Amino acid sequence: MHELSIAQSLLGIVLQEAGRHGANRVTKVAVKIGALASVVPSSLTFSFDLIKEGTPAADAVLEIERVPAMGICRACGARMDMSGLVEACPDCGSKEIELSSGQELYVDHIEAE
Amino acid sequence: MAEIEVGRNILEANQTLAEALRKRFAAQGIKVLNLISSPGAGKTSVLEQTLRRLGGRLRCAVIEGDIQTDEDAQRVAACGVPAVQIQTQGACHLDGPMIGEALDALELEGLELLIIENVGNLVCPVDFDLGEDMKVAVLSVTEGDDKPSKYPALFRAAGVLLVNKIDLLPYIDCDLERIHATCRTLNPQQKVFDISCRTGEGLGDWVTWLESWVRG
Repeated sequence: MHELSIAQSLLGIVLQEAGRHGANRVTKVAVKIGALASVVPSSLTFSFDLIKEGTPAADAVLEIERVPAMGICRACGARMDMSGLVEACPDCGSKEIELSSGQELYVDHIEAE
Repeated sequence: MAEIEVGRNILEANQTLAEALRKRFAAQGIKVLNLISSPGAGKTSVLEQTLRRLGGRLRCAVIEGDIQTDEDAQRVAACGVPAVQIQTQGACHLDGPMIGEALDALELEGLELLIIENVGNLVCPVDFDLGEDMKVAVLSVTEGDDKPSKYPALFRAAGVLLVNKIDLLPYIDCDLERIHATCRTLNPQQKVFDISCRTGEGLGDWVTWLESWVRG
């Protein structure tokens, strides 16, 4: 629901990094978004494409990699898919399961010239 | 063409500010709660009941977030507690900068508990750290027992869950045990209170717990 403000933060980071490296044209922006982060990739792309106009990132393609929601059992170390509700570790039955990925929301790298 | 490694959190600006707020609150000995629910779950009623039952035993202040109007700040002020209203003019959540600005209008000296009532929304507020010590989720039974599994982010992140409007349970198809079971799965450490702001049921336990948490 707030993809536009996320796109604004994203563009700010991209332009700052490009400027720091003396680049004047950004061609690609690669971000990682966890499956559990409440961000809709198509809305983020839509917002980013709207606001990048007239900036050095005007031609940048936004590449979104979805990071799956994974958990790790604190008792036995088993790894499991956490995209649904996981009540217990399928291997040992422990309920102490820690989320190990799925909440990411970061800029991985950009390509610029 | 060069590849530039970035590795930066997209919400870093908010996160940095929230960490600064958290340090400021800790330095002044203020505990901070971020109250989150969907619209109409009863956040403001919970606040009114909580503040009245605390009866001045804790020095409290409230920051109210709404898209429009200052009705909620007026309701809180009627309980004798200083309240600042933030009107987000459409934004779906509060963020760090809004809290920083609202603090200018509050006397923080001597304050023990600051409660921030977020904009009614079960999704977006979860992503924006406000420098709070703990998120408190309010879920009313009339919303349905499927909400924790449909909107897991809040119920996973909340340290306390207040299940409100339990006086209505006899009239609706809501399985309270399903709410408890889902939330136990999402967050085994979560503290849960079943309450009714109309009858007062469960509020005593919640307020007793809150008071010892603030002093603890």
